[in-house]
Amino acid sequence: MARTRRRFNYSAVIGTIPMILVAVGVFVIGIAFTFFWSFTSSKLFPAYDFVGLRQYYRLWASDRWLVSVSNIWIYGLLTIGGNMVFGFLLAVFMDQKIHAEDLLRSIFLYPFAMSLIVTGLVWQWALDPNLGLQSAMHHWGWASFKFAPLVDVNTAIYGLVVAGIWQGSGVSMAIMLAGLRGIDSEIWKAAKVDGIPPWRTYLFIALPMMRGALATAFVLQCVSVVRVYDLIIAMTGGGPGISTNMPAVYVIDMITSSQNVGQGMAAATMMLVPIILLLSIVGIVGWRRRVRAEAGA
Amino acid sequence: MSTVVSSADTRRAGAGPREDARAQAAGPKPARLSPGRVGIYAFLIVSALFFLIPLYIMVVTSLKGMPEIRLGHLFNLPSEVTFKPWSDAWLHACTGRDCFGLSPGFMNSVKITIPSVILSILIGSINGYALSFWRYKGANLLFGILLFGAFVPYQVVIYPLIIGFRIMGIYSTLTCIIIVHTIFGMPILTLLYRNFYAGLPIELFKAARVDGAGFWKTFFYVMVPMSVPITIVAVIIQVTGIWNDFLFGIIFSGRPNWPMTVQLNNIVNTTTGVREYNVNMAATILTAAVPLAIYFISGRWFVRGIAAGAVKG
Repeated sequence: MARTRRRFNYSAVIGTIPMILVAVGVFVIGIAFTFFWSFTSSKLFPAYDFVGLRQYYRLWASDRWLVSVSNIWIYGLLTIGGNMVFGFLLAVFMDQKIHAEDLLRSIFLYPFAMSLIVTGLVWQWALDPNLGLQSAMHHWGWASFKFAPLVDVNTAIYGLVVAGIWQGSGVSMAIMLAGLRGIDSEIWKAAKVDGIPPWRTYLFIALPMMRGALATAFVLQCVSVVRVYDLIIAMTGGGPGISTNMPAVYVIDMITSSQNVGQGMAAATMMLVPIILLLSIVGIVGWRRRVRAEAGA
Repeated sequence: MSTVVSSADTRRAGAGPREDARAQAAGPKPARLSPGRVGIYAFLIVSALFFLIPLYIMVVTSLKGMPEIRLGHLFNLPSEVTFKPWSDAWLHACTGRDCFGLSPGFMNSVKITIPSVILSILIGSINGYALSFWRYKGANLLFGILLFGAFVPYQVVIYPLIIGFRIMGIYSTLTCIIIVHTIFGMPILTLLYRNFYAGLPIELFKAARVDGAGFWKTFFYVMVPMSVPITIVAVIIQVTGIWNDFLFGIIFSGRPNWPMTVQLNNIVNTTTGVREYNVNMAATILTAAVPLAIYFISGRWFVRGIAAGAVKG
């Protein structure tokens, strides 16, 4: 990008006033205020007294927050893992010169076009204990069939995982398929000449070569997992009890109905931690690769 | 929808709806209908069923009467097709005290989506243009902050925004929700346009400068006419994203302006009394209709939008 020389132009600054306001006002000052309020005893309205780490102690002593954190791990690991594996399998199978590829792609991807509220409501209905999937199977004569995770405190989170995979695996598929197709066709010919079976070619040759697509899909999934809110509200409302609470739900609840802003801000600050970690890792990996590339050249 | 992309991706995103020649299946060439082929199709068909079944039960449930639904035959086709749930969902379903169905929510969503899409794309394209051709000191730092903002969980900045809008006196208004959508659309749109303009030949810009065109003239007479393909991608990203939004709608728009997603959730999840599953499903389909229509009409453009919204490691 060295081709444009820096010239100062008032119109350019005026034209980008919205960008300046958003970058500084929202993403710097806004986050700073959130961080600051997490050290105060703000209730309904923001307060400006300093109470140290009290909100954080209270946060990590709260059952609801601990359930939220363990839920985000369960949900995150299972949906990200599920979406990556299922997405990769779909991409590989789609790559076999099949018929109706466009139709199948549309089918795998359409859930992503819909609101998470819609996804949540559809699966809430499909998993209805009395009238949903379970009862349909019973009517078909499979009397021992049991799949109504949403009504049980211990299994409700897995119901969310099913919906999460339904919604998100098509995206992974699309990104990974693009990654697969970006691999040089000579590689495939060479592998075939060497008599390597296709599954090994995919697993040990293609997979490492599509690192970029994998990283893309992975980061995309991570961001959407940390943000997951709509799906829970629509599907379980955080229940039964507190069993499907998640950090995003906890924060919104604290700043609205619970009127406990300080607590909500502490929780929000904690939500920022994994994102900053992830970005640092991505940044460091990218930087090291660049350094190595320069050393190699 | 968030994030960072290599310029190669976006340039392809803007290249038009046709696949480029490289994007052919690169897998080993198959024999005809070997057991392996059967296995491949079996896997794909079973997967397709997994994706389609929710859509199917949504549609059949919405066409059944309540007595039939109570029998619990989820997968059966309706024995008697009725469209009453659809008209109920549109006109009479209750959200709390009001029983006007989803139609007010639909109108609200239109009123929120159209100005938000126009405003956010206008600002995003000017940002991208300035970042490509008029980079002033500190512009890259601003852009970096904006990209970081793409990853920040919304919950982190929501409360400061609420306070800010309260001070300005516009909290819980249509203006407020439009500004919020513009703010959160800015990172991805700025990135999209920046990469697109960075891929244009610099001579184009220089020629306009030689002819005496300044910042705005060059933008409106040279850049805007060239930005049609990338703008299609941007419109798809923004319309589906804003239409599907729930969180910002419920927090920033205020009760009279609640978008369709919020009203849908209220119809389904806050009913007192008997739950009408057929009305719920009809309402759900109605809410999903706009983004689904965009998805099926735009086809490959939509996939490009996802690629553009994807993070490049």
